[in-house]
Amino acid sequence: MAARDDSPETRYELNKDLAKMLKGGVIMDVTTPEQARIAEDAGACAVMALERIPADIRAAGGVSRMSDPAMIKGIQEAVSIPVMAKCRIGHFVEAQILEAIEIDYIDESEVLSPADDVYHIDKRKFKVPFVCGAKDLGEALRRIAEGASMIRTKGEPGTGDVVQAVSHMRRMNSEIRRVVSMREDELFEEAKQLQVPCDLVKYVHDNGKLPVVNFAAGGVATPADAALMMQLGAEGVFVGSGIFKSGNPAKRAAAIVKAVTNYTDAKLIAQLSENLGEAMVGINKDEIELLMAERGK
Amino acid sequence: MTAAILALQGAFAEHEALLHTLGIDTVELREEKDLDNPFDFLVLPGGESTVQGKLLHELDMFDELKKRIAAGLPVFATCAGLILLAEKIENDDKRYFQALPVTVRRNAYGRQLGSHRITLSLKGIGEVPATFIRAPYITSASPDVEVLAREDDEIVAVRYRHILALSFHPELDMDEKLYRYFLKHVVKEDAQAEKVLPFSA
Repeated sequence: MAARDDSPETRYELNKDLAKMLKGGVIMDVTTPEQARIAEDAGACAVMALERIPADIRAAGGVSRMSDPAMIKGIQEAVSIPVMAKCRIGHFVEAQILEAIEIDYIDESEVLSPADDVYHIDKRKFKVPFVCGAKDLGEALRRIAEGASMIRTKGEPGTGDVVQAVSHMRRMNSEIRRVVSMREDELFEEAKQLQVPCDLVKYVHDNGKLPVVNFAAGGVATPADAALMMQLGAEGVFVGSGIFKSGNPAKRAAAIVKAVTNYTDAKLIAQLSENLGEAMVGINKDEIELLMAERGK
Repeated sequence: MTAAILALQGAFAEHEALLHTLGIDTVELREEKDLDNPFDFLVLPGGESTVQGKLLHELDMFDELKKRIAAGLPVFATCAGLILLAEKIENDDKRYFQALPVTVRRNAYGRQLGSHRITLSLKGIGEVPATFIRAPYITSASPDVEVLAREDDEIVAVRYRHILALSFHPELDMDEKLYRYFLKHVVKEDAQAEKVLPFSA
């Protein structure tokens, strides 16, 4: 029997590799096994199992927590694609529970109420992978230093308003371009300013990208939104409330999947955008009191 | 020489990068009109087979590719690509190209915690790093399928006529050996033996 290398370093590589397999795909929020099957049939490359989608979390207020493990298991049994689930920022016991039920990816998410107002989870202690939100390069590299193996923009979840996701993706990529253009002896100061380890800044400088896959998330509601994020440099897209808060979830989900694959083909995206039914109503970021993107920096 | 890489979803950029280091040009197959580009062989990358299979049909590439594969187009397939080629899928009713007479089991090692890396010895190729990500393996193969490697008892690499199919991902480890084997023994041999190259629309 060939020896399996199970060192933490290899486990981290394997976890980054799973994110690579998700590239060019759409990860959809689902709250029931039925929705999970609709998402899988529509071409989702993974689903995010949660009790309430962000728009409803926003509407309900109060404290929102990790979902019931029984509900997550129901979704794991319903589909063959990877299943992700969210835990609260800093709540490492919720993360331990998700690892115990063999979740494929944990989202340490600002969509839920933070459990710790200072510390994020030490994600290096886990065998299962983590994805974390970020709105700029500093946040992204801090999460990676803590062990995240995938990054997504925070956007502004549950709004159907793509403006924050656009702003985060643009900021992250312009900061990456700035780091690339630096002299090597300037990288130490940059690491200090970003409050991140030097080796991660060096990686960005040498490679012109994050050391992990970077998806767009937070406010994507239409095929055009998804293609916009791809053209801005996202490697894939999370769609939360945008699908199951819309008039025809199956059709909209399938259209978003195709728009992500062919994100530069305007003619095709035009066809895909026809007769999708009602989009989620959406709320403007200036109309909301709670900016989830400000949680966990 | 030009490779066409199925670029519907998944880790196709890694295959492109590796092939470029070998001096091979690549074209991406994202929709029907991309099939008009001339190419010599096809790469089916890792990703989600359910997504790729669905998009192959919906973006009108399935029938033409199936025809060309059946006619002898050389194929290099990893992970999801193996599932797309398999004649049967043990734990799924879906069927795709059915060009490879094997039965595969999807997610055969379980969820992400079952993903693993080993050093694998392949017949005629030698030792390579092998990274398995929520990978399938082959549970049975027709006698004319050449088994190149097993992990424990499970078949994880095969050669069948113009097809090389793997459960794992040499593109993630940037390992050239399997590509060189494919180019030398599968693409060229077929070209001479069956005069199916170059493949152009």
